[in-house]
Amino acid sequence: MSSLWWRKLVNRTMTVLTGLCAVLAVCALFLILGYILADGIRALSIGFLVNSFKPIGEANSGIANEIVGSAILIGVGSLIGMPVGILAGIYLSEFGTNKFGTLLRFLIDTLTGTPSIIVGVFVWTVMVHPMGHFSALSGAVALGILMMPIVARTTEEMIKLVPDSLREAGLALGAPRWRVTLGVVLRTAASGVATGAMLAIARIAGETAPLLFTALGLNYLSTNLMQPMGSLTVRIFYFAGSPYEEWHNMAWAATLVLVTMILVLNIAVKILARNRHQQA
Amino acid sequence: MMTDQLEPLEEDEDMQSRGSTSPAVLQAAEPERSIPRFSVPESEKEHSRAPDKMSVQRLNFYYGRTRALKDITLSVTPNRVTAFIGPSGCGKSTLIRTLNRMNDVVPGTRVEGVVELDGENIYAAGTDVVTLRRTVGMVFQKSNPFPRSIFDNVAYGLKINRLTKSRSELAERVESSLRAAALWEEVKDRLKESAYGLSGGQQQRLCIARALAVAPEVILMDEPCSALDPIATQKIEELIVELKERYTIVIVTHNMQQAARVSDSTGFFWLGVLNEPNNTEKMFTKPDKQMTEDYITGRFG
Repeated sequence: MSSLWWRKLVNRTMTVLTGLCAVLAVCALFLILGYILADGIRALSIGFLVNSFKPIGEANSGIANEIVGSAILIGVGSLIGMPVGILAGIYLSEFGTNKFGTLLRFLIDTLTGTPSIIVGVFVWTVMVHPMGHFSALSGAVALGILMMPIVARTTEEMIKLVPDSLREAGLALGAPRWRVTLGVVLRTAASGVATGAMLAIARIAGETAPLLFTALGLNYLSTNLMQPMGSLTVRIFYFAGSPYEEWHNMAWAATLVLVTMILVLNIAVKILARNRHQQA
Repeated sequence: MMTDQLEPLEEDEDMQSRGSTSPAVLQAAEPERSIPRFSVPESEKEHSRAPDKMSVQRLNFYYGRTRALKDITLSVTPNRVTAFIGPSGCGKSTLIRTLNRMNDVVPGTRVEGVVELDGENIYAAGTDVVTLRRTVGMVFQKSNPFPRSIFDNVAYGLKINRLTKSRSELAERVESSLRAAALWEEVKDRLKESAYGLSGGQQQRLCIARALAVAPEVILMDEPCSALDPIATQKIEELIVELKERYTIVIVTHNMQQAARVSDSTGFFWLGVLNEPNNTEKMFTKPDKQMTEDYITGRFG
């Protein structure tokens, strides 16, 4: 009987312990969000969003050029990383059952685990140095490289979830393999693939290190891909490292803007990608 | 049970010398002198002279080193329902999937022998598998509608094969296919809704409509009712009997009563060997082989 008593005690203790740890993990998230919101909202104003950077002491300083810069860098980076990633994911899941596929999968996983600063140094070596100057394009390439393996692997996993019976249904109607892959398989997995792409965007949106070596940063608005470009993360990095209280507050506000942008993007894609024919 | 039905290849060679006790194995070892035909009742002799829609000659099929089909020889009469019965894992699904080369997509499989459609070997080099599958359609065991609307499911094959010239023609073909599958009345007001909103039996009839839309000549049905309740099953069975007016149907079932109800000829599968391809009525009343009788009367299986 004592063993039953002991077992029940262990069971209860472990249940409580695991529950506490789950709450602790979520607590970290809420603390971070809470700090960002509390400290960020102080320096936040319409002027902060629509004005460009001004030197310390001047009024009406803002992060407009960094918001535009981040959007361009992430957009162009996605244009580079997403098609390659999605096509690579299709190859891995539909045709990658051989040894070559296994090798590719391993290499892609290695790339996922590569620290982003190394990707930044690499792009500096192959693009910035030969070109002779920093550029937004090199920043976008660095972000694209970081994004590609994440998109590839999530696409592969999502496509693997599509049942073979759907592929066979398409083939049995006289559809060539490529049409089945695009029209049936990818379409069925679309919402999962979009979610994976969103995770990848959220990941690269927070990158700072690779941009320090590539897009560098700029104090005024620019849309020229061949010139340096400002970005929220690099601006936060400089603001936070500065000795001025005002810039610290602006760093918090810029962080709040970045987090909100990612959140809005996430929700928007979730709604758009909701597949109305998804099996209940 | 699954494991001892699929015997390894190397065991097969010494079967004769060992003198195996299994009747199925004896059957496999027996050399086939002539192509056995499904016998046809006197009243339908006219049809028996028509060339076979499909014929299979000495077909062997391998999953890796496992021989799943052993020297299958049979013929499929046009505008008739040909059924294959037998326990799970005996090779009936494998056989039906060789008729439209659906097994091509299964890695590690190999085919030996000849499968003819209208006298042409579909395994000959240079066969267009896409055209073959349009001619020999298929309905699967588990209904597998695409995650699209009811209309788009039926329209899919028409669109990818560019079989219709205009939107109105497309709509007409979708309607006639749904009517042919006895589903039109139930879905005509919700063609734009998701196919997943339909019941299991409706989904299976939708899959039949989808297969009919591309105007195949032969329809393969791989246990089309195994996941359905008796009422949905009855509807599909009635449909099969209607469809044979226009199509040649090959159906696999592990339900013997179903084979008896819908088919004109029946073959009994056991351990990858086709036994007694026969006229259905004869098969179920006075089978030629003791083993067939034992199976259909439920003494084993």
